[in-house]
Amino acid sequence: MTPGTDTERTISVVVNGVPREATVPVRRLLSDVLRSDLGLTGTHVGCEHGVCGACTVLLDGQPTRSCLVLGVQADGHRVTTVEGLSRSDHRGGQVLHPVQEAFRECHALQCGFCTPGFLTTIAAGLDARDATQPITDAEVDELVGGNLCRCTGYANIRKACRHAAEAMRQAATR
Amino acid sequence: MKPAPFGYADPTSVAEVLDVLATEGDGAKVLAGGQSLIPLLSMRLAAPTTLVDINRVPGLDRVSAAPDGVRVGALVRHAHLLASAEAAAVQPLLGRATARVAHPAIRNRGTTVGSIVHADPSGEMTAVLAVTDGSVTVARGDGSAPVGWRDLFVGPLETSLHGAAVVVDAFFPALAPRSGTAFAEVARRKGDYAVCGAAVVVTLDEDRRVAAARAAYLSVGAVPEVHDLTDAVGGKPVDSADWAAAGELARGLVDPDGDLHASADYRRLLVGTLTARTLAEAAAEAERRTP
Repeated sequence: MTPGTDTERTISVVVNGVPREATVPVRRLLSDVLRSDLGLTGTHVGCEHGVCGACTVLLDGQPTRSCLVLGVQADGHRVTTVEGLSRSDHRGGQVLHPVQEAFRECHALQCGFCTPGFLTTIAAGLDARDATQPITDAEVDELVGGNLCRCTGYANIRKACRHAAEAMRQAATR
Repeated sequence: MKPAPFGYADPTSVAEVLDVLATEGDGAKVLAGGQSLIPLLSMRLAAPTTLVDINRVPGLDRVSAAPDGVRVGALVRHAHLLASAEAAAVQPLLGRATARVAHPAIRNRGTTVGSIVHADPSGEMTAVLAVTDGSVTVARGDGSAPVGWRDLFVGPLETSLHGAAVVVDAFFPALAPRSGTAFAEVARRKGDYAVCGAAVVVTLDEDRRVAAARAAYLSVGAVPEVHDLTDAVGGKPVDSADWAAAGELARGLVDPDGDLHASADYRRLLVGTLTARTLAEAAAEAERRTP
């Protein structure tokens, strides 16, 4: 039997650990599903063709441009947005991811438009590496190389990467 | 910057993919990683009537490295191929070139086979398929058949595939004994499309003299071309071969276009420089691999 084609679908996506459902036109980009249908406006839409990196989310844990994936393609998958990087502490508060702490500490943002994409990309990259090893400049450049920032000149973003990696190293070797 | 309306199907077998393609006709387009296709849709440079998403077809996500070459399934992401030590051991160009495909976030989603059938002359993997003399496997209603790279690429963003057909894998032959490879590209920014790039293979004879040198280029010409540069360096030992002469030869063989990013003359200059540099590097590797 030939499967039919659809112009609208109901999708189920686990977003930041929470199962969500939405009925969306099939042409709607994941970035728009997150922002418009699910109300998660932390994901920013910049160039909308994969160049700027502002819309980067984690799809099944991997940094992915949400403007280059259709919402329907996320059906049955896990998505982590910038809103999902922090975790709850035992007192009902929120603990920022080390890279979020480092961005604050190192003044790694100015206007903040590009920041969600940097945070998701760098957080996933740091979480995936061996935290006991000091981070190299080449690793830092690879982490930030796919995202555009028009304000900071990257110096403080790179500093924040090293700062976060060092915090994670200390936590891992403690 | 939103795609025009289309119908969407996500079949779960190659047979179903072919059925949908046959039913939907010429307006249907296969969607794999989408890292080139979705920007084209958003910019309305393409407006297919139907997208046939193959991401839910099982079995297409495998890298199989065998002594004769590496077979890469249609859903293998660049990042997966880049991480495959087995693939790099059989054909080192695969790791070298995938490392230069865009950025990690794009490599996590984009597929190697997708970038080949996208047939962008600035793509890394089109050049690698050409210089390794590779092929793709095309599935149609009446079965599957290999199509060599020379018969695949027709023009910029255009292949010879029409009708109900889908590429299910690409095959990159193994690096021959006493051979080495190198890959280099020049881009305005790291991860951008290459202004020019070169993928080369050098093979030595049993006396460690250059037996063959060939190169494929990125962003030079409408389709990938492989140029034989053996005439400039053949028969010479690695340390006395005139790699700059091979670069000169290559400059005369290519006919690049100029555009916003680089003039034709600058591209030709880069062909010469990158050829000399990569051939020397590949020859040094070939020497290390020669007993």
